[in-house]
Amino acid sequence: MPKYAILIYEAESGYAEGGEEVWNEVGAAHGRFAGQVAERGGKIVGGDALEPTPTATSIRGDLVTDGPFAETKEALGGFYLVEARDLDHAIEIARLCPARFGGVEVRPVMDTSNM
Amino acid sequence: MAVPGADEIREAVAEAHRREWAFVLAATARVTRDLDAAEECVQDAYVAALDAWARQGVPRNPGAWLTTAARHRALDGLRRERTLRTKLPLLIVPGAEPGAAAGRDGDGAIPDDRLRLIFTCCHPALAVQAQVALTLRLVCGLSTAEIAEAFVVSEPTMAARVTRAKKKILAARIAYRVPGAAELPDRLDAVLTVVHLLYTTGHTDPRGADLIRPDLVERAIALARMVRSLMPDEPEATGLLALLLLTDARRAARTDGAGRLLLLEQQDRSLWDAAAIAEGCALVAEALRLGRPGRFAIQAAISAVHAEAPSYAATDWEQLLLLYDRLLRLWPSPVVALNRAVVTSMTRGPEAALDELAALECDGRLDGYRYLPATKADLLRRLGRHAEARQAYLAALELAENGAERAFLAGRAAEMAG
Repeated sequence: MPKYAILIYEAESGYAEGGEEVWNEVGAAHGRFAGQVAERGGKIVGGDALEPTPTATSIRGDLVTDGPFAETKEALGGFYLVEARDLDHAIEIARLCPARFGGVEVRPVMDTSNM
Repeated sequence: MAVPGADEIREAVAEAHRREWAFVLAATARVTRDLDAAEECVQDAYVAALDAWARQGVPRNPGAWLTTAARHRALDGLRRERTLRTKLPLLIVPGAEPGAAAGRDGDGAIPDDRLRLIFTCCHPALAVQAQVALTLRLVCGLSTAEIAEAFVVSEPTMAARVTRAKKKILAARIAYRVPGAAELPDRLDAVLTVVHLLYTTGHTDPRGADLIRPDLVERAIALARMVRSLMPDEPEATGLLALLLLTDARRAARTDGAGRLLLLEQQDRSLWDAAAIAEGCALVAEALRLGRPGRFAIQAAISAVHAEAPSYAATDWEQLLLLYDRLLRLWPSPVVALNRAVVTSMTRGPEAALDELAALECDGRLDGYRYLPATKADLLRRLGRHAEARQAYLAALELAENGAERAFLAGRAAEMAG
C-alpha cells in the first residue's frame, strides 16, 4: 500500500495553557487513533511527537539560528507515517487524527524504490 | 453501404467527439491507468476514424468503435513502454490491484467509467479551478486553448493548471473510482458544484461584453444531463439539470435586440423556451418525489415557480418565500438571503426588504458582490428615493465587469439623476 505522512500542525499555546489534563486527554486520543487506523484497514508504520518549536535549531547554509525554519501560528508538532489504499483512505484516516489546536496535512510519501 | 462524403464524415466525427468523448476516454483511462496516455490514444482514435469511416462508412455505434480503437492503441503502447512505465506511478483503478474484484468499486458496484472519470476530476483534494479545468479537458474533451479562452487566462497558465492537477492525481493517488455510499453526498455535491460553476460562468460572462457565453452554458447542460442519466436516483443530480434548464429557458428574453440586459420583470415571457420549461418542471417534480431535496432541487423549484407564472406581478411570491426559507435552512448563504429579500419586497414591500439588506451589509460576507448594491438601488428606486438609488447604482457599477450589466447600471443611474 502507498505511504502517506500525516503532519500535525497545532498552536503550541493550547498545550502550554491546557496543562497536564489536556496533555493526558490528547495522549489518550492518540492511543485510540492507532486502533481506529487498524479498524479501517490502514497501518501506522511510524511517527512521533516533537518537542515544541523553542527547542528547534535551524540551519541554512552556514547559518545556524535558534528557532523553527518558519515562524507560524500553528507549528509542526508531530507526525505519523501510515499506509493507505489511496488518498480517500488516507483522508479517512487523517480525519481521525487528534489535532485539537489545529489540523493535519496529508502528504504522499515519494516512492523512491525505482529511482 | 453508400460511402459518405468528406463533409459528412467530418460532421460525424465532430458529433462523436461531442457525444462520446467522455465515454471513450473514461474506458481507455481504465486500461492505460495514465490520463495523458489515455488522452493521446483517444485523440489518435478520432484521427483514425476520419480515414476509416470514409472507407467503411460511419459505424452504427461510433462510441464503441472509438473505444475499441483507443484501447487497441493503449495496449500497443503499454507493450512498447512497459519498461518505462514501471517507473511512473499509475492511476489507482479498483480491480487493478491484486486481490480486488475486477472492475468493482468500494461498494461492490460496477459503475459507468464516465462516473469514475467525473468523480476523479472533481475530487475535493484538487483546487476548484483545477476541478473545472480538468472536467472540461477530460470529460468534455475541450483543448487547453479553448479552456484558457473560456476562463480568460493564458494558454500556458491553463496548461500548467491542468498538468499540476494530473500530477497530483497520480502522486497523491486519487483513486479512479466512484465514492462509496458514506462519502457520496459530499462528493456528488462537489461534482454538481463544478457543473453549476461552469453554467454560471456562461450565464453571465464575468468580464465579457456580451451577457451570455452560449458555449459554456451548453457544455454545462450537457454535463448535467450526463450526470443525471448516470445517477438517476440522486435528487440533487436531477435538481441541477432542472435548475439549468429552467434558468436557460429564459436566455432569449434576457437581452433585447441590441444586447441590452432585461430584468425578469421586463422580459417578454413568450420568448421563454416552453419545451425546456416543461422538461425542467417535470424534473423538479421528480427530484421532489425522490425525497431529500437539496439546494439544487430547491433552487430548481424556485425557478419553476417563476417559469410557470403568467407575469411578474402574478408570480406566487408567498410560495417563493416558503421555498427560500427552506433553502436558507439547508444552505445558509448570504446570496440566498439577498434573493429572499427581493421576494420580501414583493410580499411586504421594499421597506421591509431594505431592512433585510441592511443586515446583509453589516454581515460583510457580500462585500464586493455587485448584486447587493444593485438590489438595494432597485428597492430605493421603487420607493422614489432617487438620490440614494443613484449612489447605489454607481456602487454596483464600480463592481460590475460584464458589458451588458455595466450598461444597464449606468443607464439606471442616469435615470435617477434626471
